[in-house]
Amino acid sequence: MPLMNASEQKRLAERYLEEIRELATEPFTIMEVCGTHTVAIAKSGLRSLLPANVHLISGPGCPVCVTANSDIDRFLYLAAQPGIITATFGDMLRVPGSRQSLAGLRSEGADVRIVYSTLDALELARRHPAQEVVFLGVGFETTAPTVALAVEKAQAAGLANFSVLAMHKLVPPALRVLAEDPELHVDAFLDPGHACAVIGTIPIEFMASEYGKPGVVAGFEALDILEAILMLLRQRQEGRAAIEIQYARVVKREGNRAAQAAIARVFEPRDAVWRGIGAIPESGLGIRREFADWDAANKFSLPEFDAGEIPGCRCGDILRGRINPHACPLFASRCTPVQPIGPCMVSSEGTCAAYYRYAGPQR
Amino acid sequence: MDKITMAHGSGGRLTHQLIRSVLQKQLGNAYLDQMNDAAVVPAGERIAVTTDSFVISPLFFRGGDIGKLAVCGTVNDLAVSGAMPRFLALGLILEEGLALADLERIIASVADAARKAGVQVVTGDTKVVERGNADKVFINTTGIGLLRPGEPVGPKRIRPGDAVLINGTIGDHGIAVLSEREGLEFQTPVASDCAPLNGLVDQFFGPGVKCMRDPTRGGVATTLNELALQAGVSIVIDEEALPVSPGVEGACGMLGLDPLYLANEGKVLAIVAPEAEETVLAKMLNHPFGRQARRIGTVTADEPGLVLLQTALGAKRIVGMLEGEHLPRIC
Repeated sequence: MPLMNASEQKRLAERYLEEIRELATEPFTIMEVCGTHTVAIAKSGLRSLLPANVHLISGPGCPVCVTANSDIDRFLYLAAQPGIITATFGDMLRVPGSRQSLAGLRSEGADVRIVYSTLDALELARRHPAQEVVFLGVGFETTAPTVALAVEKAQAAGLANFSVLAMHKLVPPALRVLAEDPELHVDAFLDPGHACAVIGTIPIEFMASEYGKPGVVAGFEALDILEAILMLLRQRQEGRAAIEIQYARVVKREGNRAAQAAIARVFEPRDAVWRGIGAIPESGLGIRREFADWDAANKFSLPEFDAGEIPGCRCGDILRGRINPHACPLFASRCTPVQPIGPCMVSSEGTCAAYYRYAGPQR
Repeated sequence: MDKITMAHGSGGRLTHQLIRSVLQKQLGNAYLDQMNDAAVVPAGERIAVTTDSFVISPLFFRGGDIGKLAVCGTVNDLAVSGAMPRFLALGLILEEGLALADLERIIASVADAARKAGVQVVTGDTKVVERGNADKVFINTTGIGLLRPGEPVGPKRIRPGDAVLINGTIGDHGIAVLSEREGLEFQTPVASDCAPLNGLVDQFFGPGVKCMRDPTRGGVATTLNELALQAGVSIVIDEEALPVSPGVEGACGMLGLDPLYLANEGKVLAIVAPEAEETVLAKMLNHPFGRQARRIGTVTADEPGLVLLQTALGAKRIVGMLEGEHLPRIC
């Protein structure tokens, strides 16, 4: 997208909206599956500009939100051990497990550090040789490549006090579960811009070819999302179902081969439990055996936790796109950003947090 | 002796030496030099008093340090309350082991900032705590200012139709401190906007100025939310009008931060009557601390208590108060 000044952007947006209005003669429900899209849509106030027939709903796009309670309890257990420095991306800090969060543990003396990149965590390990640095590997395919590179760097340097607790999730298996859900009525998908920058669109083309659901990989500016919505409406009008790329400046059909290779060298697919959805086969990433010394799950004996869901919390249904936050009885009453009950409210990319923050607590 | 020790806090000879050679040397004036338990100062019938504590980490950052901040923060609270700042009390809590050179540098900053703001440090206190019980230096300043005659400024005077003005770019202090603390190097280095605003306020103040606030912790968003609630009005911010420097914009984009929630230490939000907007803006632009002044929003009656953002594409969405911790120890 060429750099445009504000009035040119407004004109282009108006053109997109005009055509969207023309094409939206029937209800059209689009689901996004990327936390950054959730926030971008809420922050840009796009819903207030779209015609009533076009519904944007959120799916399981927030990697923090889909991390199972049992996984959270596992890393909280580890973080509380003496001699451990837990390095994490910021949005994991306040996510509640059965009893606590990392922020709570930190205020009780646990050493928890926020890092902006996995390489910062490596640096922590170099600077604190007497302590074990555990990096919480959360995210979709977007973050997996840099985590893989960090593990390889640690191996090459013989850095013995660094490890990763791998909890990464994969987008294509989740999309398949959504396509197969008889209770989910979605016409099309807004596909994740940065995950697809890594994996390309080939792994998600089955959504169109097998399930007839159009998809467009969208960027994160308001204009990107509007253009992607328009592309989806055009597909419906032309009776087509394909996976197209709006975010062409960053995403290619074959994705980023080097990033894919890094993931393949260090990780392998394994079964994973998604909050709200349950177990999805081959939907997570585990660290390969040759890197076992940098796999926190292997290095430390971690108990298995069997944490159930929080009573009353409807994060699961929200993540599956079955309800929107206003339908949860706890939303904005007992569950607020300051006192969150479930991860959808506490994560900066959570659907409930985005609704609360930008659309307001009022029902 | 090049480090602060517990003996410096005992009240005895070393304390006296410290006060004379560092504090009095830099800050000395007719009031302070009397070295009484309290300073007796001339003030009118109506005075404004405010206090602030400064625990910022790191102590020194691009554009300022804890000393400058301790003066400007309190001066600005007085200025936006419609008072003319005159006197400061300076309380220091020093951690055992603090380098004397650092203390001298900080006090030199206090002295310089006080001179520029036209205020005097008339009294103070110095304590020392054991290593580990404070983070190098904590400062408290209490300020006294003389209220201007006339109707006081405050949220009660805000009405739908009033204009929301600001004197310059937002988020500079927050990003400057974060960069220093996290060791982040941006291609466009960002400096704190820390500055005393009383001179600027003197310039533009008039009957059309209904309310002023300085948007420190929590940023412009939190301050406007407070005002909307206190005044029972709604405020619509014009996204396109928000002044954000390229350095802050870039840093926020990379770190996922919103400039509306970042601390400022040299900004004043002024809510002014529509008929006074043009004059106030012209006067702001005429002052070194107001060169990028502009109108950023309007007070409305539509949704009392709420702050809304009109986006560049014409959509509207809510700007909430800051929830939870943004950046700790920013001031």
